[in-house]
Amino acid sequence: MTRFATAFAKPHRALVAFITGGDGDTAANLDALVAGGADVIELGMPFTDPMADGPAIQAANLRSLAKGTTTADIFAIAAAFRQRHPDTPLVLMGYANPMTIRGGDWFAAECGRAGVDGVICVDLPAEEDGELGPALRAAGVDLIRLATPTTDTARLPAVLDGAGGFLYYVSVAGITGQQQAAQASIDEAVARLKAATDLPVAVGFGVRTAEQAAQIARVADGVVVGSAFVDIIARHGDAAAPHVEAFTRTLADAIHSAKEIAA
Amino acid sequence: MTDASTLPNSLRSGPATQANSLRQQPDSRGHFGPFGGRYVAETLMPLILDLERHYRAARADPAFKAEFDELLKNYVGRPSPLWLAQRLTEHLGGAKIYLKREDLNHTGAHKINNCIGQILLAKRMGKTKIIAETGAGQHGVATATVAALFGLPCTIFMGAVDVARQQPNVFRMKLLGAEVVAVESGAKTLKDAMNEALRHWVANVHDTFYIIGTVAGPHPYPQLVRDFQSVIGDEAREQILEAEGRLPDMLIAPVGGGSNAIGLFHPFLDDMDVEIVGVEAAGEGLDGKHAASLAGGKPGILHGNKTYLLQDADGQITEAHSISAGLDYPGIGPEHSWLHDIGRVRYEPVTDEEALASFQKLTKLEGIIPALESAHAIAAAERIAPTLGKDKIIIVNCSGRGDKDIFTVAEALGVAL
Repeated sequence: MTRFATAFAKPHRALVAFITGGDGDTAANLDALVAGGADVIELGMPFTDPMADGPAIQAANLRSLAKGTTTADIFAIAAAFRQRHPDTPLVLMGYANPMTIRGGDWFAAECGRAGVDGVICVDLPAEEDGELGPALRAAGVDLIRLATPTTDTARLPAVLDGAGGFLYYVSVAGITGQQQAAQASIDEAVARLKAATDLPVAVGFGVRTAEQAAQIARVADGVVVGSAFVDIIARHGDAAAPHVEAFTRTLADAIHSAKEIAA
Repeated sequence: MTDASTLPNSLRSGPATQANSLRQQPDSRGHFGPFGGRYVAETLMPLILDLERHYRAARADPAFKAEFDELLKNYVGRPSPLWLAQRLTEHLGGAKIYLKREDLNHTGAHKINNCIGQILLAKRMGKTKIIAETGAGQHGVATATVAALFGLPCTIFMGAVDVARQQPNVFRMKLLGAEVVAVESGAKTLKDAMNEALRHWVANVHDTFYIIGTVAGPHPYPQLVRDFQSVIGDEAREQILEAEGRLPDMLIAPVGGGSNAIGLFHPFLDDMDVEIVGVEAAGEGLDGKHAASLAGGKPGILHGNKTYLLQDADGQITEAHSISAGLDYPGIGPEHSWLHDIGRVRYEPVTDEEALASFQKLTKLEGIIPALESAHAIAAAERIAPTLGKDKIIIVNCSGRGDKDIFTVAEALGVAL
């Protein structure tokens, strides 16, 4: 079984946690996420122009780049994480230009070497799959696709074609870390997606509290939290790890104890 | 006026149907060779596809073209004249130089051509709000102008640094009823304004139309902006045939994103005897800070398309610099990247200093104050014209007027206003 399959086969729903690589003490924060109970980790690759992100993650990207974080540093962080945590799925999340600048094959090979399980490329829709998709699939790395409130039923098969790992449902049409979607719309969307795919469905964008996470976990296989972690790191800098771990535990407790309802 | 139907086929700008035509790009997926495409978040993808469908229908609709043409004629003031710059020609002692006077359009530049086309599309799609990005403010003013004309609310995203240095244009946009959002992220200039416009759009796709100001962004923007701007080259072709009875030997236009340039170039791409020169902003020089994406960049993905970009080895975008705020962008339209790679268009760099000198020279010799963008093309013409015989003809795109630039120029010349 892949690490994703194992993570989503647990007897509870999954907490998918995002932090930006190179912002704060990333190794310590990653350890804190695992210790606090995160089931899947998304590591953000910083980019100068994160046009799908809200202010919190934009600032994290710029903090990381200002410290001189390179693509090589991100792969070193990932490889070291894999050494310390052999079982926790690790996803690289970022933008197309840093991922494709040396060619899709190079990027896929580096992911394989570092023990990365999946990749989310924000500005690479199914129509431009050729940049990265074939190389990743050949290297055994899952390309995780995004579905959004604007992805209608006619379009969904194109999004799912070539998708792997899990399906990330972006619950609001907007940028990261802003408002949360109405629960009813999430329930409806997840039911629609689950009818169309066997992939686990994780829901994110705008999820900031344990209460919101618990609500979503009643219908979705996973809940993605990003900006709220990034805010903690912004506040506490290199000493953020204990705070990250405490918040992770709060979220994980809520998500892991959520009772499934028929979607 | 010469009746086009009496001209030999080779002189007519007919529909681009030849097998080897360079005017048939992009392909159905929006690619110009390896460039272009649709690199956007999934949220925007359905909207981009919808825009493409509407644009295809509009292109085939005579009523759309009639309304566009009518607005260009009676609101924008087209056709813009083709002016024989006699004193500049005599001064340089070589090829005859004509200026395509886009500076005489309503709002003072070529930008309005595209804004008219896009707001007609917005109306057709039933969108009720308009957004746009702007650097120097010219596209912002043009967008705010058409939004006022059509009575639609309009929000302009502008880097905070640009807001501070382009106060007259900020005030113009506000007078026109637009809301101007000062963007505080990144370097607070054009690139960041475009990021912020995309962020706003993704959260408001249901009712908002994004009027992109240049031939960049996801497909179909580079195509539709080019089509709306091609009126420049179509007119220039007809005008030079009337004035000289033949096509020019060379075209010269400044290139930032490259919308005025592609507008002039496109109708001539299949005329292989017409040499075409695009002028990139070399800022302080190619070994210093500059905005020459072709001369100093390499292919990458930004703002929805694949094109030449100023970037480092990891694909992080680097800051552009030009004295001309309209050229101060680290990328270039994908069709230009393709025309560069296949060698159809030659791209030459011109520095801030050269542009400043040409700005003053054209003003004194012709009584025309050009935009700093256009002054880059004048500088290239000054370099090239003396090397050509007096029987040669060059058309230079005077893409905008320089009133907006007088503060920048005064500062560069050490003059206190």
